[in-house]
Amino acid sequence: MKANERLVYSASEKVTGWRLFIKTILARSYPRIIGQQREKSWIFFEIFMPMLAVSAYVYVYRAIGAPEEYVGFVVVGGAMTAFWMNVLWSMSSQLYWEKETGNLALYIMAPNSMMAVLLGMAMGGMVATTIRALAIIVLGTLMFQVQFTVTSFTQLFAVFFLAMTALYGMGMMSASLFLLLSREAWHLSNLAQEPVYLVSGFYFPIKSFNFWVAAAASFIPLTLGLDAMRQLIFPSGAALGFLNVNVEITVLVILCVVFLIGAKFLLDYMEKLAIREGRITENRR
Amino acid sequence: MSNYAIETKDLGRIYKIRGNKKESQIRKELIALQDVNLTVERGELFGLLGPNGAGKTTLIKILTTLLAPTSGWARVAEHDVIQAPNLVRPRINMVSGGESSGYGLLTVRENLWMFSQFYGMPSKEANQRIVELLTMVGLEDRIHTKSSDLSTGLRQKMNIVRGFLTNPEVLFLDEPTLGLDVGASRDVRKLIRGWLDADKNRTLLLTTHYMVEAEELCDRVAIINKGRVLACDTPANLKRDLQRDAIFEIETSPLNGLTDKMLAEQAEVKKAALTETDGGAKLELVLVDESALATVINILTQKNIKVMRFTKREPTLEDVFMERVGQRMEDVEKEEAPNESK
Repeated sequence: MKANERLVYSASEKVTGWRLFIKTILARSYPRIIGQQREKSWIFFEIFMPMLAVSAYVYVYRAIGAPEEYVGFVVVGGAMTAFWMNVLWSMSSQLYWEKETGNLALYIMAPNSMMAVLLGMAMGGMVATTIRALAIIVLGTLMFQVQFTVTSFTQLFAVFFLAMTALYGMGMMSASLFLLLSREAWHLSNLAQEPVYLVSGFYFPIKSFNFWVAAAASFIPLTLGLDAMRQLIFPSGAALGFLNVNVEITVLVILCVVFLIGAKFLLDYMEKLAIREGRITENRR
Repeated sequence: MSNYAIETKDLGRIYKIRGNKKESQIRKELIALQDVNLTVERGELFGLLGPNGAGKTTLIKILTTLLAPTSGWARVAEHDVIQAPNLVRPRINMVSGGESSGYGLLTVRENLWMFSQFYGMPSKEANQRIVELLTMVGLEDRIHTKSSDLSTGLRQKMNIVRGFLTNPEVLFLDEPTLGLDVGASRDVRKLIRGWLDADKNRTLLLTTHYMVEAEELCDRVAIINKGRVLACDTPANLKRDLQRDAIFEIETSPLNGLTDKMLAEQAEVKKAALTETDGGAKLELVLVDESALATVINILTQKNIKVMRFTKREPTLEDVFMERVGQRMEDVEKEEAPNESK
């Protein structure tokens, strides 16, 4: 029978180990890198809307006669909010939504590593959000004539890379936490959004805070990432910096390690608990 | 190599259900599965037949490594699902009826490709197989359609292709034709049978509450209710036990207070189920022999109930279910539904 002949498959050479890990990361990043660009509404919601907030801060700073570098701080901060929104809504809450759609059970049942799935989400989110962040920086720079003076490209790249790794590591860790909290995840995301805008100093130097408030805010990787970037791309940034750039890089390295190990630990714990208590697909239990 | 694709021994699962905030200390227990002993041979299409809430999905979740049993053990493709899930997972796949997996922004091909990558399939092979399988279920013209634009039935066809795509040794289909129209269900059943017949090392476990589906597709069927396996055999053997009984369907005028209990009290009546219809009623009877029909007709006459039509028919799996459970599956589901909503 013709149909049956087509269903006879020769032995497939499926990859395992690290090659499966890489394949999983690439496959899971695909919906974010390619799929998310298909809904053009992102141009409005993720570029135009943040630009409104950026503009408001710029006009306030200009109205009160703040140094012109503050306009640059706002543009860079506005671009970085895109990453925070992405981590909050598309990383932390993501496993919960994956559970609701049934994808989570399929991820766990497949031979891939769940850590690779999370890394894929993170990588895809990071690439897609970088496009949005770059658009905000370009628009903001053109609209408000921002001047950048990069003192060290190497350090700037290291800070950005480490801040993103630590930030998305935090998102991966909180994804398991939010899943355990189930429906409360949505409220937690709402709760975390605005306070982090404030304490991370998206639109002003965190040096303005008391030392201990700024130190506590430094647990959120964007705080030190932004502070270090401001120091590296604006002439007066160093004077307004919270800590020395090298110290901030060291702290970011520590945060990367802590969050990534934490993500792995919590993911394993979540998976065991979910299988033991039937929480992966049994929403009522 | 063991000849069994699936084995379970005294398998049980108890859920602890949390009460509301006031009774947060009180944890109720729900027995979802109890002492399930099953063996499924390689190459077999095995059906789990039971009403909603019978424990079918719980059993599938245990066998697919998504849920731990609270007692007993289970082996799939020769590996223990709890001790060695990493050896089980590359060999299995699962599709559930009505699932909304994948991402709406991706096309059918992209969604299927993504899932194939989680199993380590080479992209070229995956893409080739996606086209072949979509053609077989009549979905080839939708290969570049975003999955959010698919109807429920077409989406389910895509999910079914996802299950076959990775060529698993053991495939679990949980109510695969749920919500599909007659034509789509037929296409899916054809693919299921074709896939299994193409390679004798493939095994398929299917859960359904459609009797006809179980009867048409399955080599063997286990009837499951309230977490227990009540019978397990080929559909023919299960029905053979009922061959000596006489099974009648009688259409009557309104029942005038007659209940199925009144009929079942008669020694010659093994099972009776009454359903009220528009302007009348339908009686389904399992009698010890044909002569017992006279007793039933007498009772109907005494109650002033007119017989409009009656037919004698061959036993079906529905009759087997009624014989084993004491109720029709439809009635069990009606009873369970209010309990679930509490």
